[in-house]
Amino acid sequence: MNKKILKQRIYFQIFRVVTASVIIFILLMIGIFITNGASAINWTFLTDKPREGMTQGGIFPAIMGTLYLTLLTIAFAFPIGVASAIYLVEYAGESRLVQVINSAITNLAGVPSIIHGLFGFGLFVTYLQFGTSILSGALTLFLLVLPIVISAAREALLTVPKSFREGSLALGATKWQTVRENVLPYGLPGILTGAILALARAAGETAPILLTATFFFSAGAPAVPTSLLDGTMALSTHIYYMATQHPNPALVRSLTYGTALVLLLLVLSLNLVAIVIRTRHRRRRNW
Amino acid sequence: MRGKEKKRSAIWKETLIEKALLASALVSVVVVVLIFAFLISQGGSAFGRISIIDFLLGTKWEPTSVIAPSFGTLPLLYGTMLVTSIAMVVSVPLGLMAAIYIAEVAYPLEKEILKPVIELLSAVPSVIYGLFALVVLATWIQQLTGTSYRLNALNGGVILAIMVLPTVVSLAEDAITAVPREYKEAAIALGASNWETIRSVLLPSASSGILAAVFLGFGRAVGETMAVLMATGNVAAIGSILEPTRTMTSTIAIETLEVDFGGLHYNTLFALAIELFVITFAFNYLADIIGKRLRRMGR
Repeated sequence: MNKKILKQRIYFQIFRVVTASVIIFILLMIGIFITNGASAINWTFLTDKPREGMTQGGIFPAIMGTLYLTLLTIAFAFPIGVASAIYLVEYAGESRLVQVINSAITNLAGVPSIIHGLFGFGLFVTYLQFGTSILSGALTLFLLVLPIVISAAREALLTVPKSFREGSLALGATKWQTVRENVLPYGLPGILTGAILALARAAGETAPILLTATFFFSAGAPAVPTSLLDGTMALSTHIYYMATQHPNPALVRSLTYGTALVLLLLVLSLNLVAIVIRTRHRRRRNW
Repeated sequence: MRGKEKKRSAIWKETLIEKALLASALVSVVVVVLIFAFLISQGGSAFGRISIIDFLLGTKWEPTSVIAPSFGTLPLLYGTMLVTSIAMVVSVPLGLMAAIYIAEVAYPLEKEILKPVIELLSAVPSVIYGLFALVVLATWIQQLTGTSYRLNALNGGVILAIMVLPTVVSLAEDAITAVPREYKEAAIALGASNWETIRSVLLPSASSGILAAVFLGFGRAVGETMAVLMATGNVAAIGSILEPTRTMTSTIAIETLEVDFGGLHYNTLFALAIELFVITFAFNYLADIIGKRLRRMGR
């Protein structure tokens, strides 16, 4: 065999092995979470409060907390993010202001999440006195996911052909009518994909809500928060507390794995939904 | 008359909508300005009471010491750089090899599977990686190296490498795929093998894109919190890779909830956040200008 070809084979095999090892390592990791976590998950685990100093019972308050936090976050981020994207793509030209807005979005996306957390702690929790609460946490997460929603919506709107707008405008529709009737519906799958990814990101974030919204479980806490100014449990921070702050982490390991598996399934399924929407939309698109 | 009025109200509505959309777009600007202003006002006031030199170069981070509190952030910067460097040393070669494989070697079907898997990988929350590092990886690394510290810089570096791998792989793959087809065809036509083409044509042409990927990975690794917090043991000391270390991000995460609002310690945490931001911003900025140069070259 040609020496050149042999060399190529060797290199390509090395690359294949490396790629496969990375994938195998990840599968191994997920496998460990599934085998150790699955045994902890049952109906009681999903619907009960933690009991006996968190060594028994479930994670219902954490599930609800994550739900409240992420939904409130998206309630802030979706309208503002989509409106920003509409402005940038449909209304703004190439002005100095647009450059400023764009660089603000890029910068916001580059801020490490712990800085968002510290900022949220300083501004929302202490200065504005929202306290350690769902509101403080959701506002902090809002800062974090806003660039994600904007970028996804912007990309989605940019893929809608120019002729769609021109046709509508030529028929006498106003700018907003054109955007509402002839652009947004076609950009919607992409916009939704972005919103779902933002939801997944918010659900998985830990450091920002650790500083602004959540507490280590206390027995007297309500299972479901009664007000947006209440502190809460959340899946991600519950994992952290159980693994590092619990007096006996080894004793609650199985519950920790169970919580991690629930969070992992939640985040991965949201991402899968986003991928499915995107591919189906791409396949069906016929312009 | 009525038609005219209707038209006027329609125009009015259009203007109102445009203004509302503009207002939404300005939220990002307001937020960024607010974050900067807040960090600078809170962090800046620390420097009336400690010198900026002591803060940046001091080797003792003992903010809660009763006798002589000390706010030197050098050990924290060292911890961040140590863990991040390990992460890059591990993830760049692996990521590059995986990127070459996916872009140039893999069958279309393999590619269809590998790309979404890599994408899903970046979706796994950092606290999950942190738990894995704390419970499983730490044991493996301890058995492998025989270190007496279960949690150490190497553990944090390796888990961080896995976390930034998707960033490095997908950006490097984009860079390789973006090389114009003609380059590759010309090399093949001259009798080069696929590997020779990759090594002497694709990789050099994609080098700035790959470099941008590395910088972005670095920026991401520097700002990562939970995995590092759970994996490294959190001792603020300048030690070896097999000893515990503590990063800037972990320090903010651990100490923010323990400080007195408005005290010196509180202010130094904001100053630390500024330092952290400057570092991540520098890496993101480098990646950005390299990426822009790349796009200009492409056209």
